[in-house]
Amino acid sequence: MIIRNSAALIPLILLFTAVSIPIVALKKKQIAFFMVMIATSLSVIVSFYNIFRVLKVGTIHYHFGGWIPPIGIEYVLDPLSSFICLVINVIALLVLIHSKKIIEMESNIKSVPYYALVLLMLTGFNGIVLTGDFFNLYVFLEICSLAMYGLISVGGKQAPVAAFRYLIMGTVGGSFYLLGVGFLYIKTGSLNMADVRSIVPHLYNEPTVIVAISLMVIGFGIKMAVFPLHGWLPDAYTYAPTTSSALIAPTGTKIGAYAMLRILFFVFGVNYVSKTLHITDILAWLSAIGIIYGSIMAIAQKEMKRMLAYSSVSQIGYIGLGIGLCNPLGLIGAVLHVMNHAIMKACLFLVAGNYRVKLGHSNIFKLNDNIRKKMPWTTAAFTVAALSMVGIPPTLGFFSKWYLALGTIKNSSWIFLAVLLISSLLNAVYFFRVLEKVYLKPIKSNSLEEFNTLKNDKRDEVSSSALIPVLILSVALIVLGLLNTIIVKGIIEKMIPAGM
Amino acid sequence: MNIQSCYTSFVPLYAVLVSLLAVPLIILSSKKKNLRDFWTIGASLIKFGLVISLIPNALLNKTAELSIVEISPGIELALKADPFGVFFALVASGLWIFTSFYSIGYVRGLKDKKQTRYFSYFAICLSSTIGVAFAANLLTFVIFYEILTIATYPLVIHKEDEKSIRAGRKYLAYTLTAGSLLIAATALTYQITNNLDFKAGGMFNGIALTPNMALILFLLFLGGVGVKASIMPLHSWLPTAMAAPTPVSALLHAVAVVKSGVFGIVRVVLFVFGPKLMYELGLNNILIVFAGFTIIVASLMALKQDNLKRRLAYSTISHLSYIVLGAGLLSSAAILGAIMHIAFHAVMKITLFFCAGAIYVNLHKENISELNGIGKVMPWTMGAFAVGSIGLTGIPPVNGFVSKWYIGLGALQANNLIVLIILIISGLLNAAYFFPILHRAFFRTGEGLEDKKEASPFMVVPLVITAILAVLLGIYPDFLFHFYHLAVMVVTNVLGGIS
Repeated sequence: MIIRNSAALIPLILLFTAVSIPIVALKKKQIAFFMVMIATSLSVIVSFYNIFRVLKVGTIHYHFGGWIPPIGIEYVLDPLSSFICLVINVIALLVLIHSKKIIEMESNIKSVPYYALVLLMLTGFNGIVLTGDFFNLYVFLEICSLAMYGLISVGGKQAPVAAFRYLIMGTVGGSFYLLGVGFLYIKTGSLNMADVRSIVPHLYNEPTVIVAISLMVIGFGIKMAVFPLHGWLPDAYTYAPTTSSALIAPTGTKIGAYAMLRILFFVFGVNYVSKTLHITDILAWLSAIGIIYGSIMAIAQKEMKRMLAYSSVSQIGYIGLGIGLCNPLGLIGAVLHVMNHAIMKACLFLVAGNYRVKLGHSNIFKLNDNIRKKMPWTTAAFTVAALSMVGIPPTLGFFSKWYLALGTIKNSSWIFLAVLLISSLLNAVYFFRVLEKVYLKPIKSNSLEEFNTLKNDKRDEVSSSALIPVLILSVALIVLGLLNTIIVKGIIEKMIPAGM
Repeated sequence: MNIQSCYTSFVPLYAVLVSLLAVPLIILSSKKKNLRDFWTIGASLIKFGLVISLIPNALLNKTAELSIVEISPGIELALKADPFGVFFALVASGLWIFTSFYSIGYVRGLKDKKQTRYFSYFAICLSSTIGVAFAANLLTFVIFYEILTIATYPLVIHKEDEKSIRAGRKYLAYTLTAGSLLIAATALTYQITNNLDFKAGGMFNGIALTPNMALILFLLFLGGVGVKASIMPLHSWLPTAMAAPTPVSALLHAVAVVKSGVFGIVRVVLFVFGPKLMYELGLNNILIVFAGFTIIVASLMALKQDNLKRRLAYSTISHLSYIVLGAGLLSSAAILGAIMHIAFHAVMKITLFFCAGAIYVNLHKENISELNGIGKVMPWTMGAFAVGSIGLTGIPPVNGFVSKWYIGLGALQANNLIVLIILIISGLLNAAYFFPILHRAFFRTGEGLEDKKEASPFMVVPLVITAILAVLLGIYPDFLFHFYHLAVMVVTNVLGGIS
């Protein structure tokens, strides 16, 4: 019975736990953490189960309450949605394990409401990915966005401002999307994606449909932080508390990317968006500009979290570029990079968090080789993730770069190929700058006494709950890199939409 | 004899992994110096033994193959010990043994910090070099090549002073850019051929390739592997990287890094494009022009260097281009000479670097102008230095003569008199920058050398052995390791009996 409903299970588990946390954990706030653990572990298990079932029996349609679409709401488990779901839930689980000790150390966050918000956000993410209904997607989009504003605003002093800015931008994005859905509904009379898919080819020349698709793409462009629409991202990631940025950076923007993929290729159709409307070309060019812009801005940053935020802008560009290339190799690159970037960014933000816990800051220019002596494992994990960002084999970063490069060559887009390669060199610039500091820069100080206090290079690693997730993530980068073909052949190649 | 056959074997994989597995052992025993250094030596000996065990089959043109895992749909991470791969692996792993012994003497002599890191990355470097040698396809090659790039970085910055950190940055800027070009070239090749396996005689057989596309592809490859091969104008990282400790320079110059570069060029010329396509499209002329230019200019630059290691660095740049030149000539003798020069230059150059290091550790002298009279203090070291210099100048009976002879012969075969003239001029320039050093060492009297002695045996023994090896290989090029035979095998495989 439960197994039969596994498609709907994840959002339900998360939502139920989110609502019950404030009640159950009212007296004893330690319970909140355990409830979160149970809920996220369950969703990881269900995600695994779902993905294997999809691979075995093919796409699964789940009708809520037994109502047949287009009247009822439908959940769709296909290779794409089950894969993204799995990535989100695994990353969330690891980041939340990491949060156990960190959350209390950082700027007196109240853990009970915080965890409730986290689970609400995850509910939203999973819902967006699983739903097959346009309006239902909007509902989940608002759920996760509202939770995200809260999660960002509990950070440092500037966090509320950053969150407010994101709120404005995010609401604009959401409204754009809703307007688009409205336009589409007027013409097609349906909110079900599969239904619209079958109706929309007859309406390809309707201006209303073209306006609708533009509105939707802009709306999710903001959520995804595609280049000129990325303004909210750097501040939000920088000032949010560690756990929030480590949760939102790897997964939040990926939701936008997923929705973009879903709507462009699976609802409107590959040929229409690429050959008739050229939306994918626009997306690819904007992404290419974003890739270079993000990397250059990252080089200019002093604060590690801010550097990582700008690097996200650039990495989102990789995904956008892969989608925009509109060929199977580009899509493989984009989807693989969704996973790759999720793992790398989670790892890097958690490392930045670990540094903050032990040093009280994560200012790149104040780092020196003392930190490597104190925290060798954290720093080693950082190194692996950084190498993956640069795209050094055999890490996963190399392979997503490889597929994207193959994709650009397939389209003979030499400029995009150059952008990809130049960007990996720019990545090397800003990551080796940090690596040079943490491995090679000796401590400098004015007096001997100060020097001696600073020089305390005893092993002072973070607690194991904060260290293990970081290590798992960094090892995953190498293992998944070597085994990437299993994922590519087993799952990603099955996602390639018709007509590509 | 010219029938190629394959068999599955794990030996190439073991050869790659041996030094990689030594890394955790080295790290774990970082407190016990002797045990730690034992792992390095042990790994180097086992690795060399494994490579040696591949020689008999390679001589019969039987190739050991192994596919490890599919790393991209249709492309395997695969190793293949063909004669050329075995040849290069033999050079790299053989000289690693000497470098290991020497490194122990060197870093202990200077009481260096971070010796564990040093030996660990050294081992990783060797693993990736053997991986480069045995790579069965371009993607595998790229992967090991990039790992080599990264693993060398901690060695370049080993001293951790301002100068070496800057050298490290320059090194990364050059090599990572080159790596990007190589990835682009590989991806482009895959789109054209749908297959990345190296094939003696070229992989574009029967595939339409427009001349423009071929040119672009070739230039991308040249940029990709040309940086490590330090073809001018891509060379300037190499003299800067002299900031590294001397055994690292020896590794960079003789064993692993730059040799991976020239190995890559020869692979690309003979196994990706193939001599026929190269000749038809005139791509080899590009190589000849760049290499000829590099040989002369680098020799001239070497003349004006006072720092001994920098002079050796420019000499390396010039000699690497001999190999590139030989590959560019495409005639059988030239290719033979080029391949043999990979090994023979390695033996001679490592001797010279060992000597430079021994002088530095023992007398703390780096500049040639300070070397007056040290021949009397360090007779063994300077004797070996003399052998290396004579060899690089191309005078028999040292092995440098043999490879240069074949390249010269190849120039005649290809009717390329200009190349021959370049070779003669460069020989003279070699003499001009090496012999003054010998003159100072042996025929002038120095000051402040009264109480000095020869350097530690850890350093002197390896360099004397490599010098003797250089002479033996000069008299009998097939000595012990069948370098000549293996090189002939490569040439026949590639040219397919045209010769």
